[in-house]
Amino acid sequence: MGSMRMNQAIATALAEEMRENSSVIVMGEDVADAGGPFKTSEGLLKEFGPKRVRDTPISEMGFTGAAVGAAALGLRPVVEIMFVEFLGVALDAVVTEAAKFRYLSQGQVSCPMVVRASIGSGLGFGCQHSQTLENWVAATPGLKVACPSDPQSAYGLLKAAIRDPDPVIFLEPRALYASRGEVVTGPDGLLELGRARIAREGTKATVVTLGRTTSLTRAAAQQANLDIEIIDLLSLVPWDVKTVCASVKRTGRLVVIEEAPHSGGWGSEIISTITAQAFASLDAAPFRITAPDVPVPYQRDLEALYLPSESEIVRQLESYLVTGVVPQPWWTQEGIAR
Amino acid sequence: MSTPIDLTGVDRETALRLYRQVVRLRRFEDKVYQLFLKGELPGTVHQYQGQEAVAVGVCEALAADDWITSTHRPHGHAIAKGVSMRAAMAELYGKATGCCGGKGGSMHLGDPDVGMVPAIAIVAGGVSVVSGMGLAFKLQKSGQVAACFFGEGATNEGAFHEGLNFSAVQKLPIVYVCENNLYGASTAYHLTTLVPEVTERVKAYGIPAISVDGMDPVAVRAAMQQAREHAASGHGPMLIEAKTYRFAGHSRGDARKYRGREEEDTWKELDPITRMRDAILARDPADEQAITQIDAEIETELDDAVEFARQSPLPDATLAFTDVYADPFPIPSVVGERS
Repeated sequence: MGSMRMNQAIATALAEEMRENSSVIVMGEDVADAGGPFKTSEGLLKEFGPKRVRDTPISEMGFTGAAVGAAALGLRPVVEIMFVEFLGVALDAVVTEAAKFRYLSQGQVSCPMVVRASIGSGLGFGCQHSQTLENWVAATPGLKVACPSDPQSAYGLLKAAIRDPDPVIFLEPRALYASRGEVVTGPDGLLELGRARIAREGTKATVVTLGRTTSLTRAAAQQANLDIEIIDLLSLVPWDVKTVCASVKRTGRLVVIEEAPHSGGWGSEIISTITAQAFASLDAAPFRITAPDVPVPYQRDLEALYLPSESEIVRQLESYLVTGVVPQPWWTQEGIAR
Repeated sequence: MSTPIDLTGVDRETALRLYRQVVRLRRFEDKVYQLFLKGELPGTVHQYQGQEAVAVGVCEALAADDWITSTHRPHGHAIAKGVSMRAAMAELYGKATGCCGGKGGSMHLGDPDVGMVPAIAIVAGGVSVVSGMGLAFKLQKSGQVAACFFGEGATNEGAFHEGLNFSAVQKLPIVYVCENNLYGASTAYHLTTLVPEVTERVKAYGIPAISVDGMDPVAVRAAMQQAREHAASGHGPMLIEAKTYRFAGHSRGDARKYRGREEEDTWKELDPITRMRDAILARDPADEQAITQIDAEIETELDDAVEFARQSPLPDATLAFTDVYADPFPIPSVVGERS
């Protein structure tokens, strides 16, 4: 147990798993000498040497593909995609190869690899370095997708991802790397992929969050004293149907808060499934609080509007809890866009 | 114009084995073509007739525990590396006894037991994956080598350049086998590439490369022995460019209108089967009998494979759900309630 930043929690988890299992290797741009562009692999080169901690060319397709081949033949590579956007040039290796080997080989070839990528807005990086893009990978059977929301979950989920026998896409909210929290290390700090956690208990609505929207929603609930149950999903594939459904049966209402653009978001999948399974328990229409259907704008005030903000979350949830009517997002309310 | 195959230094047994392998690949493909025309096989096929010397020569020079990656045209690679005709044919029929359990089909033949990952049917897809295989062998100090088959068309994919650069700089034990059959689908290589010699292009990555007659299994085998030795001894990857020709179209529906009959006839004079046969008989006419026997054995093997595939069971629907993940996701206990 100790206080650490999320990037330190990630480096700690990597180091522990590398100590535990000599087949775990780390590859990526600037991950060795520099300790990672976000300092998530600091100290690894010194402890484990250049064979297991490998600086690669700026070549995402090259090293992600290499991870697939290495995983197929017995290693457990963890590759770092500096910004999730760079996964675009390497999607073939992940979606078309890693996700299919087990299926095509009747279980003989597996790809126990982890693709770590930093995601999200909030740091003024502009529209090509601020997306979350979880939908790129969440609709591919054969892949798992996890997304921590604080140092503890980063530590516990990453260890689970490295130990997992299947390829796992591990999405790290960039704005949280510097956030600090208590981290229980060792077996007690391990989390299970596919299991959500209740981040705040409440009775009037179930609010499902992921990654960065967890802490924003928790802050919103505290600030406005909202009686909501926050479920931090932690894993998107598989997602914890059971925990969400049980909560909705208690509260009768469901809201999903996503950082991604509205159209085609994963929250629609959650709402569709829960509506089908717990329709009679719902006393109001479920809905989603999301980003608008636009690229992430650069200017600070506009970027702050993009991500569902604490005040926007408070406004929409307060209205919904009182009236049971689905509120309009700010951009519709202000007559800016659909 | 055809140069005879040089059997110097190749013992009789090896020569006959090379002949047998080349004929096995050819006859398998000819049979597959017939079965397609009869409507027995679904989907599409990319056939290997003409290029057999490459797969055979390469796989003859590999150790049993070396691995290969293959492409959308994998039948020849699979059989040359050791996938049985039965398992390959059953897979084309989509049967449960196929090498992918009927879940892969023509473009994904493979079998880890013989050192072949399911074929990767994305052009140049294997070129990035093979880097990791080489990396695994290097870190495990296993002495194994990975060979990566691809066509000349793959050399214009980004993955080709990233993969070669990655493995070159890390000195990985890999042999790249470029089967230059002159056409990417229907487009001639020289129309898409200003430097049409692949051996020239890879110099940019510091990878040594040799060009070889891809219609001669003896020459390919010799080149591969040299390349394997180079890769296995820690010098990094090497590339072989095998100049070859596919006698068939790119895929099932290709009428080959983009190339002339004259060109096809010129290449058919280089048919590896005829040339191997001629070379063997030139050395010892008495081997006529051995060759006749090999031909007959292959027909028996092929008939057996087709019969096996026809008689094999279709995969059960539950098989569609297996091996997506190591452990299936739990089925939620909470299911549909009535309102």
